[in-house]
Amino acid sequence: METRLQLVAIVGAILLLLFVLELVRRRALMERYALLWLASSVVILALAVWKDALNGLARQLGILSAPNALFFVALGFVLLLLLHFSAALSRLSDQSKVLAQRQALLEQRLSEVERERARAAGEDPRGLEPLLRSDH
Amino acid sequence: MAPAVETMPAPVSSARSSCLAVVPAYNEAGTIEGVVGALHSKTPQLDVVVIDDGSTDDTAARAQAAGARVLKLPFNLGIGGAVQAGFKYADDHDYDFMVQVDGDGQHDPGEISKLFAALDGPEQADMICGSRFATATGYIAPISRRTGIHVFAFLLSRLLHQPVTDPTSGFRLYNRRAISLFARDYPHDYPEVEAVLMLHHHRLTMREVPVQMYQRGGGVSSLNGSGKSFYYMVKVLLALFVGLGRRRAVPRPGEAAPVAADHGI
Repeated sequence: METRLQLVAIVGAILLLLFVLELVRRRALMERYALLWLASSVVILALAVWKDALNGLARQLGILSAPNALFFVALGFVLLLLLHFSAALSRLSDQSKVLAQRQALLEQRLSEVERERARAAGEDPRGLEPLLRSDH
Repeated sequence: MAPAVETMPAPVSSARSSCLAVVPAYNEAGTIEGVVGALHSKTPQLDVVVIDDGSTDDTAARAQAAGARVLKLPFNLGIGGAVQAGFKYADDHDYDFMVQVDGDGQHDPGEISKLFAALDGPEQADMICGSRFATATGYIAPISRRTGIHVFAFLLSRLLHQPVTDPTSGFRLYNRRAISLFARDYPHDYPEVEAVLMLHHHRLTMREVPVQMYQRGGGVSSLNGSGKSFYYMVKVLLALFVGLGRRRAVPRPGEAAPVAADHGI
């Protein structure tokens, strides 16, 4: 692999690694989602630094030019990350569905309780005062 | 789980068994009052709850004015999430039966008695399904949907080893066991076909009875345009075939249904 390209790959991988760590530090990225990003940047960095490993991998896979092997590995990580996000999204939408249903059920129950209370207060004048006070 | 399920003959008129009518509605302001009114007049023994699935019109207000209880979902969940909210309501309030009636006036509340009559049949069933095709009725579905319905009917009939003619019908009556199963786990969008298979996988039974259905009274179907119909076909087929390979607990009759999604944040 050409030295210039190697340099670009190394710098890119390091920047990605630092950026991911910074996001975790700022709590903008949860550790569980950061792990896959960290793994992918570390592997890409390792392959960029350790030329022999990349060449060996390229030979094993039948890839003629070593840089293409690097792209291949990076693409694999991208696909893995996307799938990971689709799974996370599915779980989130399932959870938000459950929340929406629970919220609607509670809201309905609350309005029923309030109606009951208003009715009880209307029939019994003594019950009206605490109701009014609590509404402030 | 109530042990009484096996023995409950459950006529609608029985004071001991309680039944809830669930009406999922998304932007059905034009028809919802009529549907609720018809439910009240033709089946006065049913409690009616309308699930307002994040409507942008005044569906909820009109349903409330018509005398129904209203569950207002904070945003649109789609028919699966809306109906499941109804199952959860029925489960929370210990209803013995739940009948699902569309908010667009497609189903005739007068036919609910036919669903209940089927409960008294020779074999016990956990879900009674109103079918447009069990015998010749006046209903003609759009051609793009008809193909899908017949494909699903064919597949489900093979999978269940019993004739299923109208697996997309949303006009259904459920008993306690079906309610508690679907309150825990119900398919997301276009749920009817998958629900039949889920029921089967949990060793619950279903039966169909012929009913009349009207063309939609108003509003917009969730299945408009052949593009959506195609998506519907593919999505449900995927769900059916993937569902076949899903590992599942098989409860004995009478046991509570297992929880499907049991993971934390």
